[in-house]
Amino acid sequence: MLENEANPTLSKSTGLPRKRFYRARAHSNPLSDSHFPIPISPHHVDYSLHYPQFFPSPDQTDSSKKIQFADIGCGFGGLLISLATLFPETLMIGMELRDKVTEYVKERILALRTANPGQYQNVSVVRTNSMKYIPNYFEKGQLSKMFFLFPDPHFKEKNHRRRVISRFLLDEYAYVLQVGAVIYTITDVEELGEWMKTCLKEHPMFEALTSQELEADPVVKLLSSATEEGQKVARNGGQTFRAVYRRIAPSL
Amino acid sequence: MEDTPMEFGESNKDTEIAPALIAVHPTQESVAAAVGPDLRIFDLRQNSAVSLKDDSSVGSLHKDSIRVVRYGANGKLLVSAGDDKLVKVWSTESWHCITTVCSEKRVSAVAISNDGLYVCFADKFGVVWIVDLDRPDGQVHVGKKAVPLLSHYCSIITSLEFSPDGKFILSADRDFKIRATVFPKNPLDGAHEIQSFCLGHTEFVSCLAFLWTEEYPQGFVVSGSGDSTVRLWDILSGSLLDACEVGEKAGLLGSNGREAECYSAVTDLCSNPDGSLVAVALQSFQGIILLKCNLSTQTLSLAKVVSIGGGTFIPTSLQMCSSTGLLWMVTGVSNLRGSECPSLARVRVISGVNKSNSDSDTREHQELEDNEIPGGTSLLKNLQGSLSYGEEVFLAAAEALKTAMSNLLVKKQYSTEKRDFRKRTRNDKKIKQRK
Repeated sequence: MLENEANPTLSKSTGLPRKRFYRARAHSNPLSDSHFPIPISPHHVDYSLHYPQFFPSPDQTDSSKKIQFADIGCGFGGLLISLATLFPETLMIGMELRDKVTEYVKERILALRTANPGQYQNVSVVRTNSMKYIPNYFEKGQLSKMFFLFPDPHFKEKNHRRRVISRFLLDEYAYVLQVGAVIYTITDVEELGEWMKTCLKEHPMFEALTSQELEADPVVKLLSSATEEGQKVARNGGQTFRAVYRRIAPSL
Repeated sequence: MEDTPMEFGESNKDTEIAPALIAVHPTQESVAAAVGPDLRIFDLRQNSAVSLKDDSSVGSLHKDSIRVVRYGANGKLLVSAGDDKLVKVWSTESWHCITTVCSEKRVSAVAISNDGLYVCFADKFGVVWIVDLDRPDGQVHVGKKAVPLLSHYCSIITSLEFSPDGKFILSADRDFKIRATVFPKNPLDGAHEIQSFCLGHTEFVSCLAFLWTEEYPQGFVVSGSGDSTVRLWDILSGSLLDACEVGEKAGLLGSNGREAECYSAVTDLCSNPDGSLVAVALQSFQGIILLKCNLSTQTLSLAKVVSIGGGTFIPTSLQMCSSTGLLWMVTGVSNLRGSECPSLARVRVISGVNKSNSDSDTREHQELEDNEIPGGTSLLKNLQGSLSYGEEVFLAAAEALKTAMSNLLVKKQYSTEKRDFRKRTRNDKKIKQRK
């Protein structure tokens, strides 16, 4: 694909896809039932499609390795790319609702895999509506990290129910996260930051990380620096609002 | 109003057709049937029709189609709810309406906790609400406010069930999912701990029933779906234990190649508690399918295919009374357009469904004659509204119901051109976007 000079969507110099061919609106309607395939259950997720080097054949007998990090609304994939080399043995996936953007991330990963043999084999992307189908992809307690970076604020009060962090959806996220796993959220919209923090605080299965724990976690710094959105906020001198919580067992 | 042409005979929301429903008191003290907004109850102890008393300010009785009617496990309560966005809880002693709860959206499913303390109802937006009932003291309470318990994001909830031990609440939706959630000590704070998801159906899940014995107190769940199967699940782990292709068994799987059609969805199912018999109603099938469930081998198998009423009875709702071993069924509809009788119902009963021996005799499952049914013709007259209808009307009703169910629960698959056309004619879409 890199050899094909006629393919303008890839940059000739880096081989990476050019963003301007994958432009999409920032907003996508999470309520619409788009036309993409959903795995019937987590057992139906095709690991050999996403991680061919780890799973050469579709019928994987070794199911000990499972996806552990999920970037919800991964956008153009900035965070995943940084995490991939930081945690080379961990399988991670990005979930994105927008078609074109998912295509961009796919191309980016493929290009990186080609340019860096042996690397980036642990990262992939899938186009899906994570607000409806998270339990279809992940088993109970499968994930150890979940990311919600700069989610759509849905400013109008009547649209608050479309927010990706809500007291109801946290039930599902708590289900797929193992006890001790961490959920990372960040936004540049203060009201949304308050909203997410309140939802997490009030949920019986999450507790806040202490400031020492935040300092010690290498991933926390990536939240504002690794993504295109985060870099834009930094460029504009904006403030970010973080809420990082740990999944705990519910008290009886 | 839409510019796009109406497809699949989409009907105006105000006069949507609704299937007739039936519910039986746990010890068969009374039988309730709902046809449209009419809630008809026959008291089998007094052998007379019940007149419901409702003094609430919200207005007596229901104003629009009732979509769910059920008795609580202890027999003291009956709840009815539906398109008028009201949930009414009735006392089965005094037949007074104990409380009326207002829902924001039309109600699609209801469950009463086994101890009779809580009523949960689900709306078409996927939220399950809970309201607590005070200790029953026969007094009328001012309309109570429900609080959200849990939610299936943007998915119509089709069925709600409490597990027999009261530890879990199950919710099934049109996105093929069944969710088992721990029912907490303080449910008014929400039910946040999900026990499992039972995933495996390939179409909307339409109904749920629990099976349990002393040997297996946590119980198992059977579910019916638009994919024409009945599946058996272990809710603790969410694993699929067995599946039975009832559509195929009834000889109904169409080879007509019309993909958009939802063929032979399971519309309702019920079981006797030990699971020895599961009765299944299918769209377009004039009778019921009886399945056997073996809890030790955790398998489902076909017990018998029973045709009913000389071949024109397609049940719209079923309920078993385990104490009497009777399977009560109703077929019927309200708001049937283009018909002289827009509202009709017929009740039928099959006996012998509490027998749990594996080799079922043909004479054991008997369809009862009208005069053999408890309550006899008085009950039939009350619940049906009339003693006889033309047969063809019921078949037309069944077809209309099938279309309505499909419109509601089956995701429409549009061709790419149609999808683009729909996007273009959306009135809220901005033409130009720059980022």
